Amino acid sequence: MALTGLEIYKLLPKTNCKDCGFPTCLAFAMKLSQKATELDKCPSVSDEAKTTLDAAATPPIKLVAIGSGERAFEIGNEVVLFRHEKTFYHQPGLVVRVKSDDPQLAEVAGRVAGYEVERVGIKLHLDGLAVEHAGGDAAAYAAAVAAARAAAPGLPLVLISGDAAAIDAALSGGAAADRPLVHAATAANWQAMADVAAKHGCPLAIRAEAGDLAGLVDLSENVRGAGVEDLMLDPGTAGLAGDLAAFTQLRRLALKKGARALGYPIVAVAGGATWQAELARATQAVAKYAGVVIIDHLVPAAVYALLTLRQNIYTDPQKPIQMEPKLYEVGSAVPDSPVLITTNFSLTYFTVAGEVDGAGTPAWLLVADSDGLSVLTAWAAGKFDAEKIAKTVKDSGIESRISHKKLVIPGHVAGLSGEVEEELPGWQIMVGPRDAVDIPNYLKNVWGA
Amino acid sequence: MTVVEIPVEKWPGAVREVTLGSSYGGGTRTSTVTVGGETVQPFLGFEGALPHRPALAVEIVDMEPGDWSPELVATWGKDLSDPAKWATRAVEEGADLIALKLRSCHPDFGDRSVTDACDTVDRVLAAVGVPLIVYGPGTADQDNEVLVAVAEATKGEQLALGLCTEKNYRTIVAAALGNGHLVIAQTPIDVNLAKQLNILIGDMRLPLERVLMDPTTGALGYGLEYTYSVMERLRLAALMGDAMTQLPMICTPGEEAWRQKEGRAAADVPEAWGELAERGVSWEVTTAMTLLEAGADILLLRHPASVSVLREALDDLTKGA
Repeated sequence: MALTGLEIYKLLPKTNCKDCGFPTCLAFAMKLSQKATELDKCPSVSDEAKTTLDAAATPPIKLVAIGSGERAFEIGNEVVLFRHEKTFYHQPGLVVRVKSDDPQLAEVAGRVAGYEVERVGIKLHLDGLAVEHAGGDAAAYAAAVAAARAAAPGLPLVLISGDAAAIDAALSGGAAADRPLVHAATAANWQAMADVAAKHGCPLAIRAEAGDLAGLVDLSENVRGAGVEDLMLDPGTAGLAGDLAAFTQLRRLALKKGARALGYPIVAVAGGATWQAELARATQAVAKYAGVVIIDHLVPAAVYALLTLRQNIYTDPQKPIQMEPKLYEVGSAVPDSPVLITTNFSLTYFTVAGEVDGAGTPAWLLVADSDGLSVLTAWAAGKFDAEKIAKTVKDSGIESRISHKKLVIPGHVAGLSGEVEEELPGWQIMVGPRDAVDIPNYLKNVWGA
Repeated sequence: MTVVEIPVEKWPGAVREVTLGSSYGGGTRTSTVTVGGETVQPFLGFEGALPHRPALAVEIVDMEPGDWSPELVATWGKDLSDPAKWATRAVEEGADLIALKLRSCHPDFGDRSVTDACDTVDRVLAAVGVPLIVYGPGTADQDNEVLVAVAEATKGEQLALGLCTEKNYRTIVAAALGNGHLVIAQTPIDVNLAKQLNILIGDMRLPLERVLMDPTTGALGYGLEYTYSVMERLRLAALMGDAMTQLPMICTPGEEAWRQKEGRAAADVPEAWGELAERGVSWEVTTAMTLLEAGADILLLRHPASVSVLREALDDLTKGA
């Protein structure tokens, strides 16, 4: 946990020698607490102080990478319990589980690797494939993993088996190069699992049963003692209530109690009997603290929903997603369709576009560059004025695509209509509703009239 | 033996308990629904009380909704044209309560009379025994006219009347106050606006035990994260003791999810979107489930399959509580 300036000051020599470049040790401590300078600027700092400060600088939840190459992903390094307190940094990997004796294994691997969907201009993907050891010996498991790798080269993997020899065979067969997550070391097999993970340099999940956090602490200490550095935690619960309690407790213990043994990202095994039940469980896991979410059903609609949710929850609340400022077509707009203008705050855009779409009247929607501010805020900040509106209209090329010259501006900036008319000679400026929800009514009764 | 001390958070505040429906004093309900009462964050039963599980309402309309998703139309079939039958089936599908929207009084959707609206409410009340939420046609003026008449005609039923907004709260609150009903106070995704409206309602002497707050739902992919964080902040403020946030929250994931392209488009969409039947339910379930995690107390849903998934999820989340 981060130390305050005063806590750091107590660890410094307090000689005010100025060798660090600051006038006093206190000033230096303050800068250190803001991470504005480095401890090694101090020539006479004690080893004890160094150790303490290093420990304090270690993130409370370790950053763990799974996979190698372009599709590798990182999880952990989270610092808050609620996204509004700062943001959630590393979105959970969404992984599909398949059994090693499944005749469809290679096909599923290919589908997982190839799934792609676009939202707000961002391409979203599944993150990996979990191959669960089912039937067959170590060699059979290694062959299945090799088949998955061949079908989906570069796709991060999770190797699930209780048999360390099977994991070893798969990793030795080449999978180690992909740096898969090994799942899982338990009280029964931790020594052998830790040895295999350490030997191949792979991250290792530790699994207790029924939310036994003390069991996880023991396992954590044991496998770290055996040389494994990158861990993930699977509290081994079944169901929503158990997951939520255990995941919340793990996050709090790591962030608020500085529990080093539990300072690792969480694996949620969300597989359910039906894809719907699984979706509910995976939804909770995405919202509440999972680092990897393992699902069993490759249902495109559910996967699309989960990837969208992940994007929503992991959007930085301080930096809302902005829409590209340009001309958008809602429905199949034609030359005599209405032209509406709004700002490029994504929520503003989606609200307006949603209402226009719901109205059933195809329309042209112009989005002005307001630095991601909503209409009223942008107007107050001078980022959505008559000049900006006129410039957006001119730059968009809308004029050549319509048979009229009417522009609907948001009701909140009704006062701008005269100025906009001056900036856009020949255009008729119409004042739309203040709230997006009134757009359908407006398009029907005012525009259509 | 390693012992892990579980961090337990104790909060000074609690959410108010709000009861919908009444079986006496003019009320004819055979069951009531009480929500709220939480003294902890959602579903953290290991550290405090969760006396009431969130309730699932199914949304019905007093006229065949021509603009609903084809998937919903196919699912409800001919029940769509008869609110009493629709309500009955919704209860069979697992609804704890019914949310009836009196849309046909809207000038664009039939412009039917207030008397017709009261008739419909009567028929639905007669068809089912569960509590009722009644929404007006959706504009502040019409809502006033319709909801006042409904409130008077159903005195004592303890309906929840919506929407009560900054524009029309005086009329709606007065109608609730005089006839033993509740109000649904809606504000646009903002903690302070929600508090402000609750203060105004409280100033009119409507006990806050008769107010539900609707923080405005953004669907998955369409602002869900804003609703999610505002609800988390409202609930944390309530637990910390801010009286004006200590109201149960009601959310509309059904309407918002099924309104989006993901809930409506059967063709001309990317293959990765999957089939409409699965996509619409996925959108509704994911939106609803996320809102539950943020503290939703009542969810308004549209598809029976979503009701059943959410019911199962709630069974699990409230196990042993």
